[in-house]
Amino acid sequence: MARRLLSSLGQFLATLLVATALIFVMLRVMPGDPAVVALGINATPEALAQWRTEYGTDQSLALQYLQWMGGLVRGDFGTSYVTSQDLSPLIADRVQVTLILVGLSMVVALLVAVPLGVLAAVRHRYPSGVVLSGISQVGVAVPNFLVGVLLVAVFAVHLGWFPSGGWVAPSDDPVQFLRRLVLPVIALGSVQAAIITRYVRSAVLEIMREDFLRTARAKGLTKGAALVRHGLRNAGVPVVTIVGVQLAAMLIGSVVIERVFVIPGLGSLLVDSVGNRDLLAVQAIVAVLVLLVIVINLLVDLAYTVLDPRLRKAA
Amino acid sequence: MTSTDFAVDVRGLTVAAGATTLVDDVTFRIAPGEKVGLIGESGSGKSVTSTAVMGLLPDTLTTSGSVTVAGSDDNLLGRSDARLAKLRGSAMSMVFQEPMTALNPLMRVGRQVAEIMTIHGTASASEAGRRAVELLADVGLPNPAESAMAYPHQLSGGQRQRVMLAMALANDPALLVCDEPTTALDVTVQKQVLDLVLRSVTQRGTGLLFITHDLAVVASVCERVLVMNRGVVVEEGPIETVFTRPKHPYTRGLLAASDLTATDADGRLFTIATAAGYDPSRLSASEPGVDEQPAVLGVAAPAPDRPTTESAASPAPIVSVRGLTKTYVRSRSGLFGRAARVDALRGLDFDIHEGERFGIVGESGSGKSTLLRILSGLDQPTSGEVNVVGTSLRGAKEKDLGELRRALQIVFQDPMGSLDPRMSVGDIVAEPLLNPANLRSGLAASPAERRRLVAEMLDHVGLPATSVERFPHEFSGGQRQRISIARALVCRPRVLVADEPVSALDVSVRAQVLNLLADLVDEYGLTLVFVSHDLGVVRHLCDRVAVMRDGEIVETGPTKRLYESPTHDYTRQLVLATPTLQHTLEHA
Amino acid sequence: MVTSLDTTDSVGMPVPAPSVPGGGRRRNRPGTQLIVGAALIALVALVALVSLVWTPYDPVATVASDRLQFPSAAHWFGTDRFGRDVFSAVMVGSQITLIVGFIAVGIAVVIGVPLGILAGMRPGRLGNLVMRGNDILLAFPGLLLAIVFGAVFGAGTVTAMVALGIGSIPAFARVARSGTLQVMKTDYVFAARAANRSEFRIALRHVLPNISGMIVVQCSVNFGIAVLAEAGLSFLGLGTMPPTPSWGRMLQESQQFLGSHDYLAMAPGIAIAVAVLGFNLLGDGLRDRFDPKMRSNR
Repeated sequence: MARRLLSSLGQFLATLLVATALIFVMLRVMPGDPAVVALGINATPEALAQWRTEYGTDQSLALQYLQWMGGLVRGDFGTSYVTSQDLSPLIADRVQVTLILVGLSMVVALLVAVPLGVLAAVRHRYPSGVVLSGISQVGVAVPNFLVGVLLVAVFAVHLGWFPSGGWVAPSDDPVQFLRRLVLPVIALGSVQAAIITRYVRSAVLEIMREDFLRTARAKGLTKGAALVRHGLRNAGVPVVTIVGVQLAAMLIGSVVIERVFVIPGLGSLLVDSVGNRDLLAVQAIVAVLVLLVIVINLLVDLAYTVLDPRLRKAA
Repeated sequence: MTSTDFAVDVRGLTVAAGATTLVDDVTFRIAPGEKVGLIGESGSGKSVTSTAVMGLLPDTLTTSGSVTVAGSDDNLLGRSDARLAKLRGSAMSMVFQEPMTALNPLMRVGRQVAEIMTIHGTASASEAGRRAVELLADVGLPNPAESAMAYPHQLSGGQRQRVMLAMALANDPALLVCDEPTTALDVTVQKQVLDLVLRSVTQRGTGLLFITHDLAVVASVCERVLVMNRGVVVEEGPIETVFTRPKHPYTRGLLAASDLTATDADGRLFTIATAAGYDPSRLSASEPGVDEQPAVLGVAAPAPDRPTTESAASPAPIVSVRGLTKTYVRSRSGLFGRAARVDALRGLDFDIHEGERFGIVGESGSGKSTLLRILSGLDQPTSGEVNVVGTSLRGAKEKDLGELRRALQIVFQDPMGSLDPRMSVGDIVAEPLLNPANLRSGLAASPAERRRLVAEMLDHVGLPATSVERFPHEFSGGQRQRISIARALVCRPRVLVADEPVSALDVSVRAQVLNLLADLVDEYGLTLVFVSHDLGVVRHLCDRVAVMRDGEIVETGPTKRLYESPTHDYTRQLVLATPTLQHTLEHA
Repeated sequence: MVTSLDTTDSVGMPVPAPSVPGGGRRRNRPGTQLIVGAALIALVALVALVSLVWTPYDPVATVASDRLQFPSAAHWFGTDRFGRDVFSAVMVGSQITLIVGFIAVGIAVVIGVPLGILAGMRPGRLGNLVMRGNDILLAFPGLLLAIVFGAVFGAGTVTAMVALGIGSIPAFARVARSGTLQVMKTDYVFAARAANRSEFRIALRHVLPNISGMIVVQCSVNFGIAVLAEAGLSFLGLGTMPPTPSWGRMLQESQQFLGSHDYLAMAPGIAIAVAVLGFNLLGDGLRDRFDPKMRSNR
């Protein structure tokens, strides 16, 4: 068990190292001198040279990478070339917003999807199961920003029940915070719910064919009881996988929802920074997003170990 | 529980899936403590019958007739799942075939055993936990308290079947249903588990319904037997009667095909079609009739005109193995994983001579598959010398193996998995001809010549010429093994390696495939290396046998000598553990 | 000399699949999902083809007098703020959708499948290396790659296709590898090796045909994902650039008229949903067809 943990952790660190190096290299091939981008094309050669020394872009790539990594380890993302803002507090702020949005949406999605998925599987021969399956099939195909746009049209513009967007920190006004979250969470969560419903359904269908479920019934459990006592935890393994994949997808995918609802999350910052050609900010945000994705993958890996005793032996 | 004069009473049970009738008007009754066998080949409806008795049939099947178990007065068929559930695990319980998948992989086995008591309220939670450990001790698990804490994957197949049995017996059911409980187990483990089942049901007076395809197993466990074919019970009666004086031709056919010690006038095994010439009474030694066929009672009769290879002193053996070892190092997992070493073969020495039929017998994990892969050049030895048909395999590169693969071909176990489902039978059989070594030798260099050879070969194994265009899934298991044999022999090899070629087949088909193999080996003058876990099959087919265990050969010798007076303990154990019809009936 | 065959193993008759109670019957039923999915995709493809030669109006021509008209007989889906015909734009938008999907999936298949087969056939050091690389790529979802590529190379349809394609490589490599591992364990591959077939031949003749079903399923699924991602990128202004009509950007432009001209959002929204639904249904339908076979060949 400990060995597996260590091995997962080692892989995590190795992936992180290579991934950050990739991000760094990828963004350094971006055409254009960051000094020119920052100071404008009319800047004097002296000013440019001074800027380069100040921001260290005149040093070798390897050294720049090491400096950047050193900063990352200390949680220091550096200073934006374009806005001269300290990136760390800005990113910390934005990450929080995105994590709240994504986390809440996933919780809502799971609360809806798990019971519906199980129901769709158990009743797959009956009209109710078929209808559920059909609805989730359509739901998967609808882009979340379309749901967002429609929700705004109906509940914000026509009915005026909720604000159409914006963000209020929970510490400032918890009620407004929640009111503004309702529509984006539904938009992001409903599509996720459809996706996860489908996976839960197929995982449960698969489990229902397993021999040990027949054994459970032979022991005197009804179909339903056998599924609850023996099936669900086994179905959990594939579902955890998909929750991990979807969490990663949502982190990035929330970019679009943040646009629809004017939410100052990490995604909005990324798109803005790309628009501003703010190299260091893009680099930092991508690094944070990739880190989050890798952490999710690590957590999924650990979740398997908790769920499945067969994986606990030192593999 | 009310006392009744039966454990289960089945009347006119009919099960249908749409228009197809799976089980047709089956009637039987099992008295308390009575042990009844239900035999039949795949698709005979025996498993559907047992599932119906347990009330586990899917709702999609339609049923009629009645099933009554002791302790409930009315018909189980048509009852709601909730009402059936009350009886399952208390009045009747079941042990399934696949020990690997029948237990919940995520739950400790002790809890799984305890659960059956808490479900039916026969014990409180803490009491059930205690009882579970006792039950595990009863079924002979080592360190029952510790075993109770184990997960299924930490137990062997035999141990898992013991857990299943502990579970099934926990509430003292009136009826125990066993569906091929030992088919997936090694013979020595099979014997232990069968003994345990017998002892347990006898002690408790439990009625037993034992489903199997293996006539010898049924003879060693049951008192009465039902023979099923295509959904119908064709014959029933006491074992002794049915097996020695069968009335129905199908029963006679099954007996004939199962009896690997009996051969017809041409020295070939009986099949269902030739069963008319078979005399079942020879199975019981006290019956007359034995004397009429004295020649066939001993070791399988080799074809009369075949020279005994023992004496045929060929100058050099065709296969020679010296000090062969194979160690697998499981690759490190991740950065901190530790490499695991498995010694699959630990120093083998043996020779196989040209024209010999050499058997290799062993249970799972004995290393026989590894040995076979090395002999076929599919895997590298770790150390030692292996010489096959003049090719030294130690350190041989893939490109050096062309000649070996020209001279040695393989027939695999699984008739489904050994044929590429996406290839036509013609392409499958032609594949060995594309071996560059064969093309160089001028054998079938042109496509037309290849087609001719394939057609000839298919005809030879008894498949119609139209098979060439067809795909494997269109053929039955026995036919697929014929395709597999055709593929192996199309390039005229000198050595044929057969890896359990009949263990996945029904008995009636088994005899046909064994006859075909024997005929072809004679006709082509092949050297046969036959790997099997089934001593009966090896005994029938081979002149010399090596017994393997834990990566070593414990004993080698002529078949007759080895079976009749084994020198090694393990060989003796194996021979004793293998149920044979003759033996069980003689001692009945 | 082999005597004629005996009864039970009678030759030449195709054998019906053993009847498994309750299960297995699905296989033979023509899959509704497959039919509906194929029909939807055929519809999208047909619209794209027709739009190459004909649209009711020039989708990019602005007509000031026709601004923001509700759906009518003249303009089935209405007109946008520049007076452009929405129906024509939706028609032409299907081109971009299909092209992005094709190229993205094509890149992923061409790179991912051979890598996966390689990793599956050489499970040792080489295979591990390939899969580690795959894991790293997995940390860069397609949408993120597209945004970064947009920053580096400039946003546009080509950037989006390439980024989404690279982002889908891991999915294909994984599927191909797991399928290959399964196939390599089969006896028919051993038989092929015993027939001295080269590794390349085995990959081509045995592995590829037997994993093709799984890969086709994955193509269908990833096609849907690519369509969604392209729409999202265009919605952000990082995908297809104006004036080329694109469903995602039409949705984004519709946002400011929400409440008054909802049809502007509905038309491209439904178009996206239809395309994605089509590919998802097709994928599910194909999985039902291929999977049981894959399973039964174990």
